[in-house]
Amino acid sequence: MDFKLTEEQLMLQETAARLVRDVYGFEHREQYRQSRHGFSDPFMQQLGDLGLCAVPFAEAYGGYGGSGVENMLIMTELGRGLCLEPYLHSVIFAGGLVDQLGTAAQKDTLLPQLGSASLQLAVALDEPQSHYQLHDVQTTAEAVSGGWKLNGRKSVIIGGQSAGLILVSARTSHGVRDEQGITVFLVDPQDSGVGRRDFATQDGRMACELYLDDVFVKSSAVLGAVGQALPALRYQQGRCMAAQCAEAVGSMEAACALTLDYLKTRQQFGQPIGKFQVLQHRMVDMRIELDQATSMTLLAACVADQADSDERSRILAAAKFIVSRASRFVADQSIQLHGGIGLTWEYMLSHHAKHLLMVARQFGDDDHHLQAYAKLLQVA
Amino acid sequence: MDIEFSVHEQAFRQDVRAFLHDNLPGELSERIALGKRLSKAHQVQWMRTLNRQGWLAPGWPVEFGGTGWSDVQKHIFDEECFAAGAPKVSSFGLKMVAPVIIKFGTTEQKAHFLPRILSCEDWWCQGYSEPGAGSDLSSLKTRAVREGDDYVVNGQKTWTTLAHFADWMFCLVRTDPEARQQRGISFLLIDMKTPGITVRPIITLDGEHEVNEVFFDNVRVPVANRVGQENEGWTCAKYLLTHERTSIGGIAQNKALLTRLKRIASQEVRDGRPLIDDPLFRTQIAEVEMQLMAAEMSSLRTLAATQNGEVPGAESSFLKIKGTEIRQAITYLISKAVGPYALPFIEDELGYGSEPLLYTDYSSAATYQYLDARKASIYGGANEIQKNIIAKMILEL
Ligand SMILES: Cc1cc2nc3c(=O)[nH]c(=O)nc-3n(C[C@H](O)[C@H](O)[C@H](O)COP(=O)(O)OP(=O)(O)OC[C@H]3O[C@@H](n4cnc5c(N)ncnc54)[C@H](O)[C@@H]3O)c2cc1C
Ligand SMILES: Cc1cc2nc3c(=O)[nH]c(=O)nc-3n(C[C@H](O)[C@H](O)[C@H](O)COP(=O)(O)OP(=O)(O)OC[C@H]3O[C@@H](n4cnc5c(N)ncnc54)[C@H](O)[C@@H]3O)c2cc1C
Repeated sequence: MDFKLTEEQLMLQETAARLVRDVYGFEHREQYRQSRHGFSDPFMQQLGDLGLCAVPFAEAYGGYGGSGVENMLIMTELGRGLCLEPYLHSVIFAGGLVDQLGTAAQKDTLLPQLGSASLQLAVALDEPQSHYQLHDVQTTAEAVSGGWKLNGRKSVIIGGQSAGLILVSARTSHGVRDEQGITVFLVDPQDSGVGRRDFATQDGRMACELYLDDVFVKSSAVLGAVGQALPALRYQQGRCMAAQCAEAVGSMEAACALTLDYLKTRQQFGQPIGKFQVLQHRMVDMRIELDQATSMTLLAACVADQADSDERSRILAAAKFIVSRASRFVADQSIQLHGGIGLTWEYMLSHHAKHLLMVARQFGDDDHHLQAYAKLLQVA
Repeated sequence: MDIEFSVHEQAFRQDVRAFLHDNLPGELSERIALGKRLSKAHQVQWMRTLNRQGWLAPGWPVEFGGTGWSDVQKHIFDEECFAAGAPKVSSFGLKMVAPVIIKFGTTEQKAHFLPRILSCEDWWCQGYSEPGAGSDLSSLKTRAVREGDDYVVNGQKTWTTLAHFADWMFCLVRTDPEARQQRGISFLLIDMKTPGITVRPIITLDGEHEVNEVFFDNVRVPVANRVGQENEGWTCAKYLLTHERTSIGGIAQNKALLTRLKRIASQEVRDGRPLIDDPLFRTQIAEVEMQLMAAEMSSLRTLAATQNGEVPGAESSFLKIKGTEIRQAITYLISKAVGPYALPFIEDELGYGSEPLLYTDYSSAATYQYLDARKASIYGGANEIQKNIIAKMILEL
């Protein structure tokens, strides 16, 4: 066991932290949020220029061959600054899928572009009825001459509003909710038959709904083997969950710091409210939750890029469960301890709280992962 | 012991139900069912309907326009209104300032203000909190200095709900800076059109403009608009709090929310089945329903006690704590039930536009209602403060 970071990892952490600190003040974030893509294009470009977008990719694609720990370091800083850029969904999730499923040609074209931030991708797996179940795919892809014809609807695609390509899961064979017969397609949102409705999310990002109406894609738009995508989707979502936990930890650290500071400065009844023991203990509970979440995030980061196994799945489900619960607790209590101030738009805390509440609404909520873990529970 | 409603009470319930059936516009109940925001016009529309029926002010004495109902009847009325999806009536005029005017006001004040509240001519806001005076309300600093027949008011209020719509504010001001905290405070009625008043919006985390900062710069208020004695305003302020306590548990509202949760969980699917049939989710609904059952009994016990002439004591703080916790639990489950659709923040869908909805009728409201419920454990005396009251008054700690 060794919890120490390497020199290189420390440098990476410092680079990410400095970058975020320099450009992600509250006022700036508000501007980015209201800009065309709903995030800062220059900041995304900066992440690319400094090599941060290439961290998870192999050297052959201009990357650093980073693993879960590197992702964790970057995501924690992005979470602390509540950065709006779709790093998680584009670089880690979509990039991971391309890396795992793509042909040599697909990887050669897509990964270097992702690494330099000249291309942004999004991932469209959820559907109105799927409720986090990746195998519940009703969007269909039918083989036609020279390619495929897609029909269906995909839900709440983070970053979908500005993505160059969207990775869409669709059913190419087998029945409803069968684990077989799911295929990933690279869909260009500009293609005819693709409808999009863009919207903001509670935590300040942009997302879209995708409506596919007889959308034709070429055979070369298939990512991976036809009908065999589910294991890769699950595996990559697992990497993504680990990274999302880190993002939540960064945000929780920021929320706890703001709350602690407020307890020391806010005066009521002639003393700082931090003198009231009930608030001290609540703050302590928040710190303990954060500590537990940090531990599970480390654990998740260490297994995220390991080969698929029940043990890995258990740990990732556990991390997501613990971090989701902790996130909600910290969100609720940091608002409560602030009183009215905690509910105002003009104060960063409320945005951390909203972000933390939404952690559980992506990649499965606490119930989902509780059930997943229970299924894998080792009885003897 | 008899936990049944009397025949008379049951008949009353039928009357209320029939009235709601005939008079509640579908447009309003639909908005409420979808968890959308209500405009002032929506509220006024409904309040006028209630007023025509003579049911707008059940809490007032009959001579001023009250209904003469028992507390149990009022509870039944609330319950039926929420169940039918009627808008909540704005409480600042009806349930807050009116009882104070009735108890402490002059004949002129009663004659002038009360009818205008019933007719919705005057819309009220509450000017208690200040930047430095939240939980510690009695440390308030807004100053009123007497000059002839006027007070000259200077200072700042904050978190003032709906001040931007209000015609009048009931306001706590300091008239004697030398006196110890609770003493030296007076209760003033301030016309919001008076020169020197500036209202600035505070946008809350749900993107809504509901609360405000209100600044007073040499605002002249006639001494005739003071309620109660000079420096005795704290008595009015405290009376107002005890008066509204019994309804604060929000049992009726929580029941309506629970119905909404069940409807949503029946429509949502997981694994091809209604979410409500998912054992894990179903047990969570069951849990909150059991808690609500207990809270309702507690609320009825408190009502029964006041019915017999007892004053509601610190027990009403139990109701506020449990009521807000249950509301937060239900809205959490609603937000969980809609899954990833808790994420969209589409203000148009909450507002008054008729744009087609994203997916289901209720998803945009899910997170909004959860965030809105966070407020409930902060205003009206934060839950920590309620616990302090219980510790002191009931446990004598
Ligand atoms: C099974 C068992 C084995 C033990 N073995 C040993 C032993 O081998 N040797 C030995 O020396 N002692 C032993 N103890 C004693 C143990 O260390 C004491 O019980 C402990 O220090 C608490 O003291 P107390 O029981 O007097 O409770 P108190 O100190 O009276 O506390 C009562 C309650 O008040 C709370 N409380 C007290 N002060 C505060 C505060 N400032 N703020 C908030 N809450 C407060 C406590 O948390 C507790 O809930 C043992 C106790 C138990 C139960
Ligand atoms: C949506 C909304 C609408 C409102 N509308 C109005 C309105 O119309 N008119 C109006 O006058 N006011 C209004 N308020 C203000 C409300 O009454 C105050 O927010 C409330 O009194 C708490 O004060 P505060 O926000 O300053 O928090 P603080 O008093 O600063 O409290 C911060 C935290 O410290 C805790 N705390 C404080 N003192 C103690 C103690 N002694 N022991 C333990 N814990 C303590 C609190 O419980 C809270 O968790 C509104 C507030 C909100 C959020």
